[in-house]
Amino acid sequence: MKEKNKIVSVLEYTVLIIFAFGALFPVIYMVSNSFMGEEEVNAALQNFKFHIIPDCFTMIQYYTILIRKPDFLLRFWNSVILTVPIVIGQIGTSIFGAYAFAKIEFKFKQQIFFMFILLMIMPYQVTLVPIYIIMKKINLVGSYASVILPGIFSTFGVFLMTQFLKSIPDEQCEAAKVDGASHIQILFKIIMPQCRGAVVSLAILSFVDNWNMIEQPLILLGNEKQPLSTFLSQINNNELGMAFACGVMFMMPSIFVFLNGEKQLLQGIQHLDMK
Amino acid sequence: MIKIENVNSKKRENIVGYIFAGPSIVGFVLFFVIPFLISIVYCFTQGVGDLQFVGFENFVDLFQNSAFQLAVKNTILFNVISVPLVIVVSLGVTLILNSKIKKASFFRTVLTFPLVIPMASVIFVWQVFFAQTGVVNGILLKLGIVGPDYLQTGWSFFILVFIYVWKNSGYNMIIFLAGLNNIPKEYYEASSIDGCSKTKAFFKITLPLLVPTIFFVFIISIINSLRIYREAYLLSGQYPDSSIYMLQHFMNNNFTNLNYQRLSTASVIVFVFVGLAVYYLFKLQKKYEV
Repeated sequence: MKEKNKIVSVLEYTVLIIFAFGALFPVIYMVSNSFMGEEEVNAALQNFKFHIIPDCFTMIQYYTILIRKPDFLLRFWNSVILTVPIVIGQIGTSIFGAYAFAKIEFKFKQQIFFMFILLMIMPYQVTLVPIYIIMKKINLVGSYASVILPGIFSTFGVFLMTQFLKSIPDEQCEAAKVDGASHIQILFKIIMPQCRGAVVSLAILSFVDNWNMIEQPLILLGNEKQPLSTFLSQINNNELGMAFACGVMFMMPSIFVFLNGEKQLLQGIQHLDMK
Repeated sequence: MIKIENVNSKKRENIVGYIFAGPSIVGFVLFFVIPFLISIVYCFTQGVGDLQFVGFENFVDLFQNSAFQLAVKNTILFNVISVPLVIVVSLGVTLILNSKIKKASFFRTVLTFPLVIPMASVIFVWQVFFAQTGVVNGILLKLGIVGPDYLQTGWSFFILVFIYVWKNSGYNMIIFLAGLNNIPKEYYEASSIDGCSKTKAFFKITLPLLVPTIFFVFIISIINSLRIYREAYLLSGQYPDSSIYMLQHFMNNNFTNLNYQRLSTASVIVFVFVGLAVYYLFKLQKKYEV
């Protein structure tokens, strides 16, 4: 029996290690390749070669994208302009909305919340057409606002925060109400201090999603306003070395956010139940 | 007197509720409901400026469009293959992680990592691996096999499935972990006292109690799989191999020539289809809930 357990646990570790390696491997490969010169990367590609340790370590790719080719920084800036307002705006509308859906009784609440969930589930194939139509009507196609505004009002944030606020006992709010607290006071003094984790989690999920946006900018923005995410895909294949360096820079903010808020992120995702 | 006050306070709650939910509701109505209603009108009309009612003609046209048929076929095929696969993989890994393994939290962190890695970055690695002269073909060459340029062939489809599983397993794993933690430990203790084997305990306790979680993961996986265009676009651009020509490719190509009628019709069809699918899934879930 003991013998068998040992075999099983060796197997388990083997599986986990393979998966863990698989999860990290592309990132490692990319980082290491970003420190190679263009010829080295290309030589490896043309010769079927698995090449992970640089023959001659160089920062030339980073020098290129940061100093010699302003294009990259421009796109990076575009990504920031699009992502940051969406994340901040979404957190704002979500907190207020979630408070209403979780703690206040109002007419048609259930029905509206159901429609929010429905919209959240819909893929871009459904949502982008209406967004394009309305943006065309109010003459915003091609402006950053055409991506930012619908992003702010994506219903996912309200949903996530509502699920979280539901887990805070109603008694706390009732007690405060008896003491004469207004809704605003309850929200800021009682609810907010308890939902910092959920806000962090929403911020991460929203940041990661919008930092990676592809569908919206492709349709709504002109060429010079495209963010880094779509720009990366247009990098030529014979500039792969540079592409690797761009890719590394591009994922830095995401990784930074993840490493600083992993615990909250996990808790947030665990609250995503549709009950 | 008391009654009047009650009615008043109920009215006030109503108003306060709408004030708090106001911004999100206004955004929802402005950027989705109203334009969606407009696009429903487009579905049944033709012409620019002066619209003509044409009944279901747009729907008939769309269903006969071969590009649309291909996109629907690929999208469904992708769902059918990748969703069960990602559920099995992530449930398997979760069960291992949950079996009192050392360093479980380290593995959990590493395995959720792909969730935040931007696809636009790592796609270069996949491209290098699956290129004509890439790493995968390098390995095959040593075995005496000359591999194809994967991204120009039907292999794209399987590469996309692989990327999907790579990216989404971590997400599902977190949800499964929460589900497993909600199962009372006493059940397992009782079953082991009764002499139940671990396999039996899994099928008699874990799986039935995990049904709601599995449903939820199933829905999340479908949502994510309908968003696979992102990865497909990064992998092969606007005009990929026909095996990964997805619905969003079809939409994008029609955005270029601004065919509102066709776009609206397609979007309404997807809306109805996804809505119905989710509705029935929820109904099914209620039936199985313990």
